[in-house]
Amino acid sequence: MKAIGLESPLTCSVVRSLRAGDEVLVSGMVYTARDMAHKRLCDLLTAGKDLPFPLKGAIIYFVGPSPAGPGQVIGAAGPTTSSRMDDFSPRFIAAGLKAMIGKGYRSKEVREALREYGAVHLATIGGAGAMLSRHIVSAEVIAFEDLGPEAVRKLQVVDFPAVVAYDSYGNSVYDR
Amino acid sequence: MRRIEFDTIAREVESLCIAACYELNDDVLGAIEQAARRESNPTAAGILKSMVENAHVASEQRIPLCQDTGLTVVFVEQGADVAVKPPADRRGATLADAVNAGVASGYEKGFLRKSIVGDPLNGRKNTGSNTPAVMHLTVVPGDKLKLTVMAKGGGCENKSQFKMFKPTADREEIIAWVVEAVRTAGADACPPFVVGVGIGGDFELSCLLSKKALLRKLSESNGDAFYAAIESDLLSKINALGLGPQGLGGDTTALAVMIETAPCHIASLPVAVNIECHSHRHKTAVI
Repeated sequence: MKAIGLESPLTCSVVRSLRAGDEVLVSGMVYTARDMAHKRLCDLLTAGKDLPFPLKGAIIYFVGPSPAGPGQVIGAAGPTTSSRMDDFSPRFIAAGLKAMIGKGYRSKEVREALREYGAVHLATIGGAGAMLSRHIVSAEVIAFEDLGPEAVRKLQVVDFPAVVAYDSYGNSVYDR
Repeated sequence: MRRIEFDTIAREVESLCIAACYELNDDVLGAIEQAARRESNPTAAGILKSMVENAHVASEQRIPLCQDTGLTVVFVEQGADVAVKPPADRRGATLADAVNAGVASGYEKGFLRKSIVGDPLNGRKNTGSNTPAVMHLTVVPGDKLKLTVMAKGGGCENKSQFKMFKPTADREEIIAWVVEAVRTAGADACPPFVVGVGIGGDFELSCLLSKKALLRKLSESNGDAFYAAIESDLLSKINALGLGPQGLGGDTTALAVMIETAPCHIASLPVAVNIECHSHRHKTAVI
């Protein structure tokens, strides 16, 4: 199967063209956020404040990278378990988030939000953080620096490999 | 009484932390390579090959195998005739202090992620050093110090389980429960897994045994034929789940199942299962 190139920010029509099981190569900007960052981003939304990055069309990558070694842009940078973000993701999806990258299962509520608003969940290889980091060409902390590995980073990625784990029609690659 | 310098221990722990996070042990890499060759599912074979490639990239380009460089679990076997010699400026420093000093410098010098928060509920502030390590100490005969460092990822540890069975339970009940625990861990915990099972002891000993079981070479079975047969049975049943690498389907859901046991109370049959991801990282040294 030939992988589909995805360029961020994503449009609704691109997202709706994807089906569970499609292999994709993501390029462009993605934003990192995991547990604590999700909590804080949600608090900002509740307070009606601006987020540190535009959600419309955005891709959030669930990752807490290891520190960059000498001459490196970033350290290992593979996905963390997506289900820990289940309570938060529907709010971001409703506010324009178009894709998430992680590993493992998503809740019924997340699947419903993906269907209703037109978004996808992508899975990449957990435990392949060294290999995946080679697809990241720049990294910059843009918020919550005090969270260390959990800070929000803006990453530029090139041909970052993933598979559509949950599409915008209620299908999942894990259901097969 | 043999005395080992505090700094000698700390330096050894430092090297073990770094080696564990960059170099996959041969038995683990070999098991993944063998699984890739045997897989009947092409997607699964492709993922397993990516895991092998990841191990080479980590080693050659000096990038940790996984960004989750773990909570550091340190198993120490201390000879009864060996003690720590604290430095002049740290009188009263213990073996645990030396281990933690080694973990802190290993995670700093090795560019490893610091993933420990000082308080589990109140504030969850990162300690910034990946300490304290979780240390398990056993006193053994002799004057050697054996140190084993395991970098245990959070995603798989989160899926570990414990159950107190009735003492009249049979092997089939326990097998069914372990298989279900692995199925529940699923894609979230980065299969293919190494599954550690602790049977017997009490509440906490069964859990410790389930983690200690992971330290065995993947190719080695339990020395007791009864338990070796259960390991083999469990591995077949777990792989028959069809979960596969990353939960995307395939023949390889686990690379190995390893059981450790201990005597227990007449009223009890505690069983713990420790789920370990394919990035199974541990290194040992003897001083």
